[in-house]
Amino acid sequence: MKVLSVPASLDGQTVDGFFDQVAVVGEGRTLFDARHLSWIDPSGMVGLLVAGTEAARKQGTLPRLEAPESADVTGYLSRMGFFEAAQEVFDSDPPARRPAGRESDVLLEITPIAANADVHEVVDRVQSKAGAILTSKLGYPATAVVQFSVILSEVCQNIIEHAEAPGWVAAQSYNWARRLGRNVVVISVMDVGRGFRGSLGDEHSARYGDRWGDTTALDAAFLHGLTRFPDSGRGQGIQQIRRQVRRWDGAISIRSGTARIGQVPEWDDTPPLVDGLEPFPGAQISIVLPAKAGE
Amino acid sequence: MTDGLDRIAIDVGEVLQRTVTSLYSNLVTRPTGRAVRMAIEARLQDAGERSLSLIDLSEVVILDFSCADEVVARLLERSQASLSHEAFFVFCGVHEPHRDQIQTVLERRGLAAVAETQADTFELLGDRTRAEGLAWIALEERGFLGNDELDDTLGDAEGRVGFDLIVARRLAFRSPNTGRVHALSQLVRHIL
Repeated sequence: MKVLSVPASLDGQTVDGFFDQVAVVGEGRTLFDARHLSWIDPSGMVGLLVAGTEAARKQGTLPRLEAPESADVTGYLSRMGFFEAAQEVFDSDPPARRPAGRESDVLLEITPIAANADVHEVVDRVQSKAGAILTSKLGYPATAVVQFSVILSEVCQNIIEHAEAPGWVAAQSYNWARRLGRNVVVISVMDVGRGFRGSLGDEHSARYGDRWGDTTALDAAFLHGLTRFPDSGRGQGIQQIRRQVRRWDGAISIRSGTARIGQVPEWDDTPPLVDGLEPFPGAQISIVLPAKAGE
Repeated sequence: MTDGLDRIAIDVGEVLQRTVTSLYSNLVTRPTGRAVRMAIEARLQDAGERSLSLIDLSEVVILDFSCADEVVARLLERSQASLSHEAFFVFCGVHEPHRDQIQTVLERRGLAAVAETQADTFELLGDRTRAEGLAWIALEERGFLGNDELDDTLGDAEGRVGFDLIVARRLAFRSPNTGRVHALSQLVRHIL
């Protein structure tokens, strides 16, 4: 069995390197060793699920997951619904359930997205908590819950309409005291479907000729709103998400295949375009919404 | 009414619950928007040669871009393509959280629509020229204009062009009986 070490910190900053490792796993079966995991966010959790899904697809057998040793991390993963989602992805022994204590502080538990009904469920479920978190932790106006829900809806529909494969979404708030000195909300939506190059290829690849690839496909969709649908009303989702994220001084990035493209605010030093990554299927979207300055 | 307009009031929140499922309380996802739009179109099929529909969004909490495109922009676009039926629309309950989505989808398709954005306040949303906007405001302030009032009210030729365009785009209604042009907001007041 091939052992793949899960980084001690698995989040938006480290998940690409983790995917690169998964992209090159060979035949056999993989053990995802998460025993030393000490920090994970929605990008890490959903990333672990898509990584396991990809390993299973390549190897024809469910990978094994060694759960974190830290009770805090395991408890957090449980509250986020990770182990429930992981039952379909990993051969693992879920940790013993702890009795439910106080009401969960989770903004949006890991939720599979396979059909439009799942998008409705996400939008319905997030209403009550999102309102409180966006106003109290990020200092956004009470009406921001609508735009936040619209972002979630559009980004989840991206999976259904373009991936032709299931995916997951999760969101949670954090205090990025050291990195930003502010609270943030992190949203992660990922799938292992066709990716942007696959979705747009039939309609647009000829126009790009030899230049067609993951980077040009991401550029076309992310910056120029290209879609595979000929209807002029389509292709608005990502454009409108970008616009709203910019209004909130947030960051959004999408990895698809060998490239990652992003809209980077001043407070973030992530490069807006990264290419030459190992080929990884589907699309992996990360959104970070910071508190208003001074909150 | 003797203006030949069939007036129809449609509560989108009620259509959503009846058409798709009573479990859904928000207008999100394109299939949901498409189903609601088709239900509205089915209601309009029973109308006469001309209709004025008041599409009420006030019970809709979340409206995403996909649904705004189907329920507002595509509804307008498809109705304007009809040769047998002349349909006019006013959207009410377009509160601040819905406004951006509706404005965006209308602009994207080169459309405009009359919307009640606050109680008793109507605006022209979407894609329009300056002349169309000014003509629409002039008509909105007066409620209706007869042919003999146009020159005084609209001023120069640009104003008249804008006025003719808002009539052609069904953002105002010319009565076939009197020749007067009416602001749509005036015509829906009694069904609001």
